Amino acid sequence: MTFVLIFLVVVVVCALTLFGMYNKLVGLRNIVKNSWSQIDVQLKRRFDLIPNLVETAKGYMKHESETFIKVTEARAAAMSAINKGDVKEIGAAAANLDSALAKMMLTFENYPELKANQNFLALQEELTSTENKVAFARQAYNDAVMGYNNAVEMFPTNIIAGMFSFKQSDFFEIEDKEEKQAPKVTF
Amino acid sequence: MWELIRINKRKSLFVLILMFILMVSFSGAIGAGFYTYYGGINIDWVPGMLWGTLIGILLWAVQAAVAYFAGDDIVLHFNMAVVVTPESYPQLYNIVEEMKIAAGLAVMPEIYIVQSEGLNAFATGIRPEKTAICVTRGLVENLTRDELQGVIAHEMSHILNRDVLFMTFAGVMLGTITMLSNVMLRGTVFANSNSRRSRKKGGFSGGHPLVILIILLFAIVAPILARIFYFTISKKREYLADASAARLTRYPIGLASALEKIAKHSSVDFVSKITAPMFIVNPRFTGGDEDSLFAASTHPPIYKRIAILTQLQHSGKVSLENYQKLYEKELETSGLFSKTTLESDKSEAARAESTEKITEFTESRKDVADVILANTGFKILTCECGLKIKLPPSDLRMKVICPRCRKELSVSGESAAMSGNGGNELVFMRKNKNSWESFPCQCGKFTFQLSPLFRGTYAVCKRCGTKVKIEYPE
Repeated sequence: MTFVLIFLVVVVVCALTLFGMYNKLVGLRNIVKNSWSQIDVQLKRRFDLIPNLVETAKGYMKHESETFIKVTEARAAAMSAINKGDVKEIGAAAANLDSALAKMMLTFENYPELKANQNFLALQEELTSTENKVAFARQAYNDAVMGYNNAVEMFPTNIIAGMFSFKQSDFFEIEDKEEKQAPKVTF
Repeated sequence: MWELIRINKRKSLFVLILMFILMVSFSGAIGAGFYTYYGGINIDWVPGMLWGTLIGILLWAVQAAVAYFAGDDIVLHFNMAVVVTPESYPQLYNIVEEMKIAAGLAVMPEIYIVQSEGLNAFATGIRPEKTAICVTRGLVENLTRDELQGVIAHEMSHILNRDVLFMTFAGVMLGTITMLSNVMLRGTVFANSNSRRSRKKGGFSGGHPLVILIILLFAIVAPILARIFYFTISKKREYLADASAARLTRYPIGLASALEKIAKHSSVDFVSKITAPMFIVNPRFTGGDEDSLFAASTHPPIYKRIAILTQLQHSGKVSLENYQKLYEKELETSGLFSKTTLESDKSEAARAESTEKITEFTESRKDVADVILANTGFKILTCECGLKIKLPPSDLRMKVICPRCRKELSVSGESAAMSGNGGNELVFMRKNKNSWESFPCQCGKFTFQLSPLFRGTYAVCKRCGTKVKIEYPE
C-alpha cells in the first residue's frame, strides 16, 4: 500500500515538473513570436512613413532624384521580403533600407529651407523614432531568442524540447557593415 | 533576461527581511513593555509581545495596502503631474514607446509631466498593468534626444525590475519603524514622569526597568538601522537600473551626460521624503559630501555612476557583464548580477550617437569663458571623453585623473616655469630677483618659494628631492 502511494506521489511530481517545463518552453516561444510581430509592426510603419517624407522633401530637393529612387527601391525590396517572411532575408533587406535612408537623411542637411519646414520636422522625428523602434524591437527579439534558445539547449528543458520538437529560433542580425558603423554626422 | 534580473534580488530581499524582523521585534518589545508597565513586573509579558507584534504588522499592512492601491495616484497628485499625449510632446512620447519596445513591456506606461524647471524624472507603478513615468518640464527642454532616452530607459528599468513595489514596501516599513520610535521616545519620557507621580500616591509599580531599557535602545537604534537597510537597497537598485538602461539603449554615454546635466539642477521643490528614492537623481540633495552615509543617501554618488557609464561606452561592448566589471572596479565591492543572469545576457555593440542637430548657444558661451580662464593662468585639458578639465594656477599636479571617464591625463606645460638645459638639470629663470617668486615642482606636491633675498644656485624639492638650478637675469 505504502509502496503504491510513494509510487503515485513520485509519478505526480514528475508529471507536474514536466508540465512546468513544457509550459515554460511554450511561454518563451510565445515571447519570441510577440517580439517578432513587434519588428513587423515597426518595419511596416516605416514603409508607410517613407513615401510621405519623400513627397515633402522632393519639393525642396530637385537634384537628388537618385537618392529618392534608391530609397524607394530599397523599400519595395524590404516589403516583398517581409511578405515572404524569411528572417534572414528580411534582415538583409532591412539593412539595405537602413543605409539608403541614412544617406537620404544626410542629404537633407544641405537644405536649410527643408529643415525649417514644420511638417518635415515632425516627419523626421517620426522616422528617427521608428528607426529606433525597429532597432529596439530587434534587440528585444534577440533577447527573447537568446532566452528561448538557451532553454531549448540546456538540461533539463532540452529533453522536453526534443520530445515536442521545439526548434531553435534564428537571431535577427544585421550583416551590413554600414549599420554597425553608423555614419557620424557633424554639423 | 529581464525576468532573471527581477529575480536577481536575493540580497535585497534578505535586507528587506532583516528590516521586517527589526520592525516586528521592535513592536513586540513595545507590546511587552506596555504589559509590564501596566501589569507589574511579575506579569507574563509574552501575550503583550504578541499583541505588539500584531499591531506593528497591522500598521505596516494598512499603510502598504494604501500605497499599493492608491500610491501612484497620491504621488502624481502631490507632484501636480499632467498627462502627456502623442500630440502634446511627440518626441517624449516616442522615446517612451521606444524604451517600452526595447524592454518588451506588455503595457505602455502613462507619461506625466511636472511643471518644474528642475531636471528630474521618476517612475511609479506598483502593479505591472498600471505604471507611469513622470518627468519635469525642465528635463524635456534641456536634454538632447539621446540623453532623454537614457533617463527614460533608467526609469523604465525601475518599472521592469519591480523596484517601485520593492521600495514602497521598504519605505513603508521605514516609516512604521520611525513612527513607533517617535511615539516611544516621547512615551517613555511621559511614562517616567507619570510613574513618579503615581508612586508618590503609593499605587502603581512602574515598568520593568530592563524592558524599558530595551525599548529605549530599540527606539534609538531601530530607525537608524532601518534607514541604513533602506538606503543599502535603494543604492543598489540605482546601479541595477543604470546597468539595465545602458543595456536597453546601447548608448551609456547618453545617460551619463544626462546625469551630468541633471546633477546641476536636480532639485524639485515639492518632493517629499517618501517619493525621493523614485527619482533618477536625489531631488532633495542640497550639496555637501556625496560619499557620506547620510548626505544623499537614497542615491549613490552621481560621479561614480557617470564614471561607470562612460567607461562602459568606451569599452565598446555594452553588456551587463561589462557593467558589473566596472562597478566592481569603481566601488570595490562584489557583483550586482548572478551568474545565470550574466550567462543569458547578449552583449551588444554600443550604438552611435543619434544624428540630431543640437543648437548650442551655451557651447559657444563656454568657449569664451575658457579663453578668459586660460588668460588668467588656468590650464585647460581636454579629455578624450570630451570633458574639459580646468585647473586653477594653484593646482600643481602633473597628472590628473578625468573625473568622468577615469583616464589619466598628463598636464602639459606644467613645468613651463622650469626648463631643461640639455642635460638632466632643471633650470628656473628668475624674472625679478627682488620679489617673491614661486613655481611648482614636477612632482606636483611641492612649491618652490624664492624670497627676494635668495641668491643660491640650487633649490631642492622637499618632497621628491629634485634639484633645480636657479638662474638670475643680468
